[in-house]
Amino acid sequence: MPSAPTKLYADDVSLLVVLLDTNPFFWSTSSLPFSKFLSHVLSFLNSILLLNQINQIVVIATGCNSCDYIYDSSLSTNPGIENGKLPALCSELLKKLEDFVTRDEQLNKQQSQSLPPTTTSSLLSGSLSMALCYIQRVFRSGPLHPHPRILCVQGSSDGPEQYVAIMNSIFSAQRSMVPIDSCYIGSNNSAFLQQASYITGGVYQKPQQLDGLFQYLSTVFATDLHSRTFLQLPKSVGVDFRASCFCHKKTIDMGFICSVCLSIFCKHHKKCSTCGSVFGQAQSDVASASNLKRKTPET
Amino acid sequence: MNNGNGRRLNGETEEDDDDEGSEGDLDAWERTYADERSWESLQEDESGLLRPMDNKTLYHAQYRRRIRSLSSQATTSRIQKGLIRYLYIVVDLSRAAAEMDYRPSRMAVVAKHVEAFIREFFDQNPLSQLGLVTIKDGIAHCLTDLGGSPESHVKALMGKLECSGESSLQNALDLVHGYLNQVPSYGHREVLILYSALSTCDPGDILETIQKCKKSKMRCSVIGLSAEIFICKHLCQETGGSYSVAMDESHFKELILEHAPPPPAIAEFAIANLIKMGFPQRAAESSIAICSCHKEAKVGGGYTCPRCKARVCELPTECRICGLTLISSPHLARSYHHLFPIVPFDEVSSSVLSDPHNRLPRSCFGCQQSLPNPGNKPSLRVACPKCKQHFCLDCDIYIHESLHNCPGCESFRHLKSPIATEE
Ligand SMILES: [Zn+2]
Ligand SMILES: [Zn+2]
Ligand SMILES: [Zn+2]
Ligand SMILES: [Zn+2]
Ligand SMILES: [Zn+2]
Ligand SMILES: [Zn+2]
Repeated sequence: MPSAPTKLYADDVSLLVVLLDTNPFFWSTSSLPFSKFLSHVLSFLNSILLLNQINQIVVIATGCNSCDYIYDSSLSTNPGIENGKLPALCSELLKKLEDFVTRDEQLNKQQSQSLPPTTTSSLLSGSLSMALCYIQRVFRSGPLHPHPRILCVQGSSDGPEQYVAIMNSIFSAQRSMVPIDSCYIGSNNSAFLQQASYITGGVYQKPQQLDGLFQYLSTVFATDLHSRTFLQLPKSVGVDFRASCFCHKKTIDMGFICSVCLSIFCKHHKKCSTCGSVFGQAQSDVASASNLKRKTPET
Repeated sequence: MNNGNGRRLNGETEEDDDDEGSEGDLDAWERTYADERSWESLQEDESGLLRPMDNKTLYHAQYRRRIRSLSSQATTSRIQKGLIRYLYIVVDLSRAAAEMDYRPSRMAVVAKHVEAFIREFFDQNPLSQLGLVTIKDGIAHCLTDLGGSPESHVKALMGKLECSGESSLQNALDLVHGYLNQVPSYGHREVLILYSALSTCDPGDILETIQKCKKSKMRCSVIGLSAEIFICKHLCQETGGSYSVAMDESHFKELILEHAPPPPAIAEFAIANLIKMGFPQRAAESSIAICSCHKEAKVGGGYTCPRCKARVCELPTECRICGLTLISSPHLARSYHHLFPIVPFDEVSSSVLSDPHNRLPRSCFGCQQSLPNPGNKPSLRVACPKCKQHFCLDCDIYIHESLHNCPGCESFRHLKSPIATEE
């Protein structure tokens, strides 16, 4: 952080890391066109910078095949409006975003040649991990730093294959006390984002009217962490605590747990694929007769 | 890192062998400081504030050594830990617990640290259960049944803190044996006895009871608060537990917390099993429902059993209606990084760095910190062997110690390895 000590970091200075879902599979089905969506988000990002001149924003694109940083206001040379042209924020961000989307699409083509397209989820685990690394860097920059939070603007459905990675990210965010806010614009609720916001103390919101997205963003997610304590933010409408099974990556609400390593399976297996334990049998040869009596597996 | 510090460190390792070297003329208390000389590396920043000491490379080297040893361990031993534990804590509340060699009393110190232990225990053993037993007037009482909620145990213990009479090891073991014999066979049966007394007043032959415990594969451990007693030592030896005597309060705290992480490979004590479990959803904050545990109407919170749709207040628990074990899945997920550890990153060799044909990434993939192209310095970047992305040393540590994900591997679809293959 250049010249950080000269800035006055009060408790209402924010570092907002926004994770933007750019998944083409979702945007091709969405009722809100991607361009409209961008104009809502750009206005929101501008308003964050206007709320406090030393607020900082970082934007990470969550693609279908890759993730990348597309904007960092601390690197931007001229964030203000320049003789009537588009603000630097918009032009810079849009250019990077376009590059990213083309690259992501190319990866998609390379993919589909070798493999049939299996999932249409976005790589949320990747962008969350990157955001957390960035935030750690801000923490390292010294005792004075803006208060970080993460906002996921997500539309595509959860990718159950990312379950472990996303949970790891959530726990790491919780340990560093970084709230993860979620604005979910897809059709159903996202169990991952509900859990992320619930565990880290962030806000989960699913806007009813996508036309008013800017209003949702600015009333719910623009407030800094300090001021939040004085507000009545949306209460949780329930949290979906379902897990993904390790065998098929299906989302399940009931399943079997390996008693040795706690792996989750959707049906009964003879052997744990994670730790290799054989179920319903003694672990080693020394198991005594008293143990063998209890061998019958539970249903 | 400044050079003075580095030289000193090299010197120190050499001196380790011939104990008293050039620093032999220093007093013992001086020597501990002379090794570090931490004041010499203090630095000020522009505004005159003290800057944290720059021993990053040193710290990073230490960390890499630790990671390497961990990963070599992981490959040699399979991940088998006794993750589901059934533990009874036996608190001795005989007359001896009132002694004041611990301040304010042994009893108060024990209670304080048992509380901390209970919380730590559930944090590290999400599916485990714990129960409390007290010994008073020569009789063992069950304070709480086996359960998964830390609050209820702590409350019960704090409400019953008074002591009198003799202590009886045999009565306590008999009582606990009765309970632990009923737990499912996949669980590890453990007893942790916090023993204040120097004697035991038993109704029969305690050696028989010890054999009985051994047969039921109960691992009994004792932490003494006064002095070593033969019968406690014998009990621990026979059942495979550990025996220790606390010297003071901080030592006691250390000893009791040693029992919080899952005990190492005692896998043969329990049978691997698949347990059927439900992951209930948390209800909306504004919903009203009657819970099946307290039979009261409650607003907000609460969880719904996925099989019978009954409402319960707390997790983990067993559904009162259909008997399904209900847990919160994030609880389980906390231990998953043990199962899928990420590989240590490789240091980028200087030959790669100096080769002008290599177009090296200019910034850390994780945090975007610019990575200097070092001339003579040791490499300040590491690379993930899987995704080949470069990371700064700080991210390296953060990724392996806290995040447990490689941002590079997570950010490219074709690199994402499946969690587990189908059997
Ligand atoms: Zn499955
Ligand atoms: Zn297993
Ligand atoms: Zn209840
Ligand atoms: Zn039920
Ligand atoms: Zn980094
Ligand atoms: Zn990687």
